[in-house]
Amino acid sequence: MKKKSKLELWIAFGAIALIYIAVAVLEQTVDANHIIFTVLKKGAIYSLVAVSMNLLNGFTGLFSLGQAGFMLIGAYTYSIFTMPVEVKMTEQVYKYYASAIHFDTGIFIGLVCAGLAAALFAALIGLPVLRLKSDYLAIATIGFAEIIRAIFQWDVLGPVTNGANVMREYLDLTDVKIPFTDIPFPPTLYVFLAAGVCIALIVLLINSSYGRAFKAIRDDEIAAEAMGINLFKHKEMSFIISSFFAGVSGALLAMYQYTVQAAQFKSAMTYEILLIVVIGGIGSVSGSCIASFLYIAASEWWLRGLDMGKFLGIESASLFRSGFRRFVFSIIIMLIVLFFSKGLMGDKEISFGGLIRRFNRNKPAKTAKGGGIDA
Amino acid sequence: MLDFLHANLSYILSGISVGGQYALIAIGYTMVYGILRLINFAHGDVFMCAGLMMVYLSATLPVTVTIPLVLVMTVVLGFLIERAAYKPLRTAPRMSVMISAIGISYLLQNAALYFTGGLAKVYPSIPWLSQTVTIWGSTTKMVTVVTPVLTLVLVILLSLLIKYTKVGMAMRAVSKDFETSRLMGIQINTVISVTFVIGSFLAAVGSMLYFTNYASVTPVSGSMPGLKCFVAAVFGGIGSIPGAVIGAFIIGIAENIIKGGSSIFGFGGSGWTTFSDAFTFALLIIILVVKPTGLFGEKSTDKA
Amino acid sequence: MKKLVAILLALVLVVSFAACAAPAPAATETEPAADSAAAAATEAPASSNPVVKIGIYEPASGDNGAGGKQETLGVEYANFVSPTVDINGTTYDVQLVKVDNESSNDKAASAASTLVSAGVSVVLGSYGSGVSIAASPTFEAAGIPCIGITCTNPQVTEGNTHYFRICFLDPFQGTVLANYAFTTLGVTKAYCLSKLGDDYSGGLVNYFVKAFEALGGTCVQDTFPDGNSDFTSYINNAKNSECKVFFSPVSTEAAQLIIDQAESQTLGMPILAGDTWDSNVILQAAKGKSVDVTVTTFYPEGANAEFDSGFKTWVNSDATLLANNGGDDTVAAVTAMGYDAYFFALEAMKKAASVEPAAIMAALWGTTYEGVSGPIALDQVNGDAIRNTAYVKHANTETGAWDALPAVTIG
Repeated sequence: MKKKSKLELWIAFGAIALIYIAVAVLEQTVDANHIIFTVLKKGAIYSLVAVSMNLLNGFTGLFSLGQAGFMLIGAYTYSIFTMPVEVKMTEQVYKYYASAIHFDTGIFIGLVCAGLAAALFAALIGLPVLRLKSDYLAIATIGFAEIIRAIFQWDVLGPVTNGANVMREYLDLTDVKIPFTDIPFPPTLYVFLAAGVCIALIVLLINSSYGRAFKAIRDDEIAAEAMGINLFKHKEMSFIISSFFAGVSGALLAMYQYTVQAAQFKSAMTYEILLIVVIGGIGSVSGSCIASFLYIAASEWWLRGLDMGKFLGIESASLFRSGFRRFVFSIIIMLIVLFFSKGLMGDKEISFGGLIRRFNRNKPAKTAKGGGIDA
Repeated sequence: MLDFLHANLSYILSGISVGGQYALIAIGYTMVYGILRLINFAHGDVFMCAGLMMVYLSATLPVTVTIPLVLVMTVVLGFLIERAAYKPLRTAPRMSVMISAIGISYLLQNAALYFTGGLAKVYPSIPWLSQTVTIWGSTTKMVTVVTPVLTLVLVILLSLLIKYTKVGMAMRAVSKDFETSRLMGIQINTVISVTFVIGSFLAAVGSMLYFTNYASVTPVSGSMPGLKCFVAAVFGGIGSIPGAVIGAFIIGIAENIIKGGSSIFGFGGSGWTTFSDAFTFALLIIILVVKPTGLFGEKSTDKA
Repeated sequence: MKKLVAILLALVLVVSFAACAAPAPAATETEPAADSAAAAATEAPASSNPVVKIGIYEPASGDNGAGGKQETLGVEYANFVSPTVDINGTTYDVQLVKVDNESSNDKAASAASTLVSAGVSVVLGSYGSGVSIAASPTFEAAGIPCIGITCTNPQVTEGNTHYFRICFLDPFQGTVLANYAFTTLGVTKAYCLSKLGDDYSGGLVNYFVKAFEALGGTCVQDTFPDGNSDFTSYINNAKNSECKVFFSPVSTEAAQLIIDQAESQTLGMPILAGDTWDSNVILQAAKGKSVDVTVTTFYPEGANAEFDSGFKTWVNSDATLLANNGGDDTVAAVTAMGYDAYFFALEAMKKAASVEPAAIMAALWGTTYEGVSGPIALDQVNGDAIRNTAYVKHANTETGAWDALPAVTIG
């Protein structure tokens, strides 16, 4: 934190704390069925996966499109691990197969294992794939994600993955308890905490010497190599870490959705995450987070009326029919991509120093490059 | 061997037919990539739109009018997409253009979703192509026989165009070196437009053949074929037209053999069909690892 | 500095306040665009009656879009016939809240939470078992009862107390179909095709195989992946494995392709399917082709002349409705079931004497109703309808209509 004043850091922490307090208060005061909680939970989960993708694409310069595959691994590992043994042994979920897994774990272990499983696959896949460059890497990772999806749907693995059928009845957000008590933990706050801790770890990594090595590779591979950075080692590391967090976010998604199925992790899902990263700004952690919430809020909440016959008070059953929401949404995205190709934040972070300066108007607004703290 | 072929002719025929249709789409990918270094994710959706145009137009017009009309409209669509979504980003980082392609693909799919109301549309039957024929004991549609022939004819025409015409020469020059050819006075934008026009035209032809065989168009019917055709283009060596064609045929045939696996090879169980799509990607990864330039790709020092 | 903190605080407060104060998302009553229906819809808000909301959780796009739309039409027609309900002496206006689950399990949770946040008292749907199973926990967490209309997979209601259903189940339907194949058609080897990861087709095939093998037959099973449109190889598999009947209870979208390719590949064996195929989409696809399609279903057109003619008049009154019904005025079984489900839900409200979800959920167990598709009463184990009759229909490829075959009753 070279030139950053301590004060700025404290403000950033304060702002983050405020957000958490706001979420906690909101959860205690507003009806739990309000759509805002859907947006907050899903937004937090997408923030995490978008930041993990940004670590690869924005900070290391590796154009990988395998995020959906790693989320799938995370989601399945989590659901297999945390599904209570009693459920596995009956026909409730494993209808056509006898479950081969005879243990269950808690939520925390499940989340960590989800990340580890994704990281392990990433390590294996990384060996051949990371030698490829640019578009070729992108295609190969898409290919791997599709292969992973097929493997998880294979009926030979049915005793583990339940074939291609839905996984459910594992521990979900309503099963989270405050430690050592039986009181349920506020679910939205839990997602925020889990995603927040992971994002904080990624930010720490980006600001460490490894993070600087990643950025050096992104800016110029040859120069980085000449400086003594082991290219393959660092790429593999970035790939594994990114996949770890993608796995965790997959597990969180499974918790949020109550049910999970391999078929949903299509390449379209990766594109969606990529769009979030681009809208937020490639190489900006805070941008990815803000874009995730905006993206989810727009698609799940603000534009819903477009599908349901009424929008901004205008009623028209023939115009606002099913599918219009996504049509309008994709036009908005296209406009952003064409006219704000740098995204909301570019490669900058929200910086309170910058905000203060803008406020006081003493100096021209200058935002700190890199190394900022996300809010 | 002959007996084996005879017994499984129907699988191989389907494979060749779908391979030919993939080939026509794959050429669009390979040409655009060769020139712009852009994976045109929207190409599969252009193919789907061509299918939808046919559905809507043929509801009021006779087939003889619809076919040329669809060809023209698809070409216009491809041209407009290039002008609207890719040209403004010519100097932007390559990633932005690719995102723009993903955005267009998303837009076309959602537009189709909205206008079709999310339901599958039945593709009109084109009189002669839809006829049933019997070849050596296997029955199939006429289109199965027509596809490989038509594909080869079009590929030969295209190769001649690229080899002997001025614009073809310009295309080759641009794909070799974008900057230098611009310095040499080649109208880059014209060349790129021509590339998109040719690609869209072939996609439109491909869509007619494909949907005659599989007569239902949905908003996502372009995405899987699109991805597979791109894989075919990479497999054959991106930038190489014969490579794309051969890659497409290999993928089309392999896919159908896997689907018929339980009957052809007798290995039981339904599990293998799960991998009919995944196999395509496995093939892709193997070729990328072993020979990153693909079967017929030119050697290049810089793949970045 | 202080200014900044103050403004930040104010911002957070404003945001949270706005979030609290924001009304439920713009979920509106569905407006059947028919002139008469629209009039009814506009009349309703004018009256000062309290409103009770019924959620329609159905696909309007995707694989099952066609069927979902027809099922929705049934509910809308019922609402057109009877837009109010008297509960405990108070007349309530019934408002329908529609949401599209896009036939996709991953869209299920957010579609379901849209309904939940709109404040519905009871949910009807969905066509397609997978989306029902996937959304079930969301409704359960919110304590909202659901009435499955045509989702036949046992897992929908199994082991929970909030999901009910008014149709028969797959173990029953699978047995009926297996009996039909083995006894009526007299075949001993069946080819079964289901969609990978689809609970409906996978489940029905599973029960069919069990019953068929118990009778002494053998089965060859295959699955096709999502997004597949090339069925020629599967048809060849069926031919080459010397099967005598082709069982493929898949979505109507895949069904169109299967019928088309069955003809071009000269399948040469009868096709059997479940309730999804009872749709005019299938009739239109099979018309004029040499295919032999037989399906089991919930309701045969003509069983209740009053309902049929009323529905036909209503659906013909408006182009949008007609388009949603697949372009003609055939009465699909799912439409009749949707119609019954609406009245079944009203009956439960009357019995509960309340519009509170919890009260309706408790009352549903004992609700009975005489519907157009037959009497409806629920068992006390899972809340499934006690039904033991399936109707069998055969597609007439010349007239493009269904020919009724003798209905099958078991037990």
